[in-house]
Amino acid sequence: MKKYTYTEKKDTRSGFGAGLHEAGKKNENVVALCADLVGSLKMDAFIKDFPERFTQVGIAEANMIGIAAGMTIGGKIPFTGTFANFSTGRVYDQIRQSVAYSNKNVKICASHAGLTLGEDGATHQILEDIGLMKMLPGMVVINPCDYNQTKAATMAIAEYEGPVYLRFGRPVIPVFTDPDQKFEIGKAWMVNEGTDVTIIATGHMVWKAIEAGEKLAELGIDAEIINIHTIKPLDDEAILKSVKKTGCVVTCEEHNKFGGLGESVARLLTTELPTPQEFVATNDTFGESGTPDQLMSKYGLDAVNIVEAVQKVIGRKK
Amino acid sequence: MKHTIKELEDIASQIRRDIVRMVHGCQSGHPGASLGCADFFTALYFEVLNHKTDFTMEGAGEDLFFLSNGHISPVWYSTLAHAGYFDKSELATFRKLDSRLQGHPTTHEHLPGIRIASGSLGQGLSVAIGAALAKKLNGDKSLIFALLGDGELQEGQNWEAAMFAPFNKVDHLIASVDYNGQQIDGPTSKVLALDDLQAKFEAFGWHVINTDGNDMKAIVEGLHYAKTLTGKGKPILNLMSTQMGAGVDYMMGTHKWHGTAPNDEQLAAALAQLPETLGDY
Repeated sequence: MKKYTYTEKKDTRSGFGAGLHEAGKKNENVVALCADLVGSLKMDAFIKDFPERFTQVGIAEANMIGIAAGMTIGGKIPFTGTFANFSTGRVYDQIRQSVAYSNKNVKICASHAGLTLGEDGATHQILEDIGLMKMLPGMVVINPCDYNQTKAATMAIAEYEGPVYLRFGRPVIPVFTDPDQKFEIGKAWMVNEGTDVTIIATGHMVWKAIEAGEKLAELGIDAEIINIHTIKPLDDEAILKSVKKTGCVVTCEEHNKFGGLGESVARLLTTELPTPQEFVATNDTFGESGTPDQLMSKYGLDAVNIVEAVQKVIGRKK
Repeated sequence: MKHTIKELEDIASQIRRDIVRMVHGCQSGHPGASLGCADFFTALYFEVLNHKTDFTMEGAGEDLFFLSNGHISPVWYSTLAHAGYFDKSELATFRKLDSRLQGHPTTHEHLPGIRIASGSLGQGLSVAIGAALAKKLNGDKSLIFALLGDGELQEGQNWEAAMFAPFNKVDHLIASVDYNGQQIDGPTSKVLALDDLQAKFEAFGWHVINTDGNDMKAIVEGLHYAKTLTGKGKPILNLMSTQMGAGVDYMMGTHKWHGTAPNDEQLAAALAQLPETLGDY
């Protein structure tokens, strides 16, 4: 197992804020909109340097999506910011018609995704957003795994023409990816090469997968770990290549197992390479109030759950 | 004036013929409010709008128009064709398989003149505001026009947009409301009353004007007047009274022709009232 270490913990939303600031410096067409959550979305640096390119829309997410779609017509590259719940479910029809169907170059940037939003509870913890967004034709769906990857992803989507959903989170987590990485949309990142099982993880679950990989190594299991940051378009080639070698797969996501990364992987494998698969994901449930760590543990999204799923899926190999 | 009022009325007559023929041709679509807005569209595209027919999405240096109540697509398609955006023969494909003239307007098939999809109601004003903000950032002094249905003002997003535009001094935006007082299930006064729209928009900070949307002279003058009000710190709302079905006697004064196509006999009766002025497609 390749050794990953970290010297600091940071939130992925701060990676978004830093990436937005950089993208703003590189391209004067980058504009930002926010629905009364500037501090939570870490947009302060962008707003300080480019006040005329920032639009505060107030608590009116539907209007924000429509305004963003309209701004693309003048050549702008709008980044909208609010919590994941209010970025997707609340404005699904606005995104569907004014952004996706109209093929507008809007970047829907969603913080506080998943259970790790914590104490605010289930009204704010969306576990269905990946499913909602990946079903929209033409929508790119990205869920980066740490501060550096989120920053790089934010800069990369500014250069991509078309609608994008970028999902990130609230808590501080280890920073373990390369600060100077080149982010390629739709390209998986090989975290660790192995032979016994393929662990496919996205978002906050990537560090948990690394922790699981270390525990598995102690048990004599050589896990291949792949980071799928882009859930759509999925890197079919990387997944198939790995699964051909290992013969079984565990998918890990901070999302409902219905509609998430795991189902995308299952769809691919069912049609191309039927393979035993286990899902580390929430099980058709809403969240609740608690600390992020308590919630990840209660809802089965810890390293220990990945280890158990790996042991189970290896047992299912023919 | 680029045209006389009589010339504009003749164009509107041809557009009305196209509308009933298009809706008859596919036995679906929305003739009522399309007919009611034929005068507005004619005034806008042939007299008021500073636009180019060699279409670009960005429309730099041009006035832009957004239709929020997308179901009145027949009037827009016919207007765009006669204004020169595409050949009028294409009107015959309305709502048919593989057509660029979808039931509701869309950019998906790349029809010149369309800059956003509409159909699901209540979204157009926000989009128009966004386009207006981009114009401002680009230093482009052109205007943004929008048309909203009255019934769709029941959608909450309109009021988010209505609150945003005056607060942010989006003063190069002229939104018109097709105030025909009818919607699918009956008169708006019975479904969900709009009441005093002028007072409502004024309370939000808009400069509201009233026009008769079925009097060509009044609508041309009203839109020209609205242009003189731009750049003064407030968005402009043109509260435009129209008659659903205007120009076809049996379709007027009722919601029943909101989304119903005429049969052969009804088509003939309608066309008998609408002189062919520019040649049918």
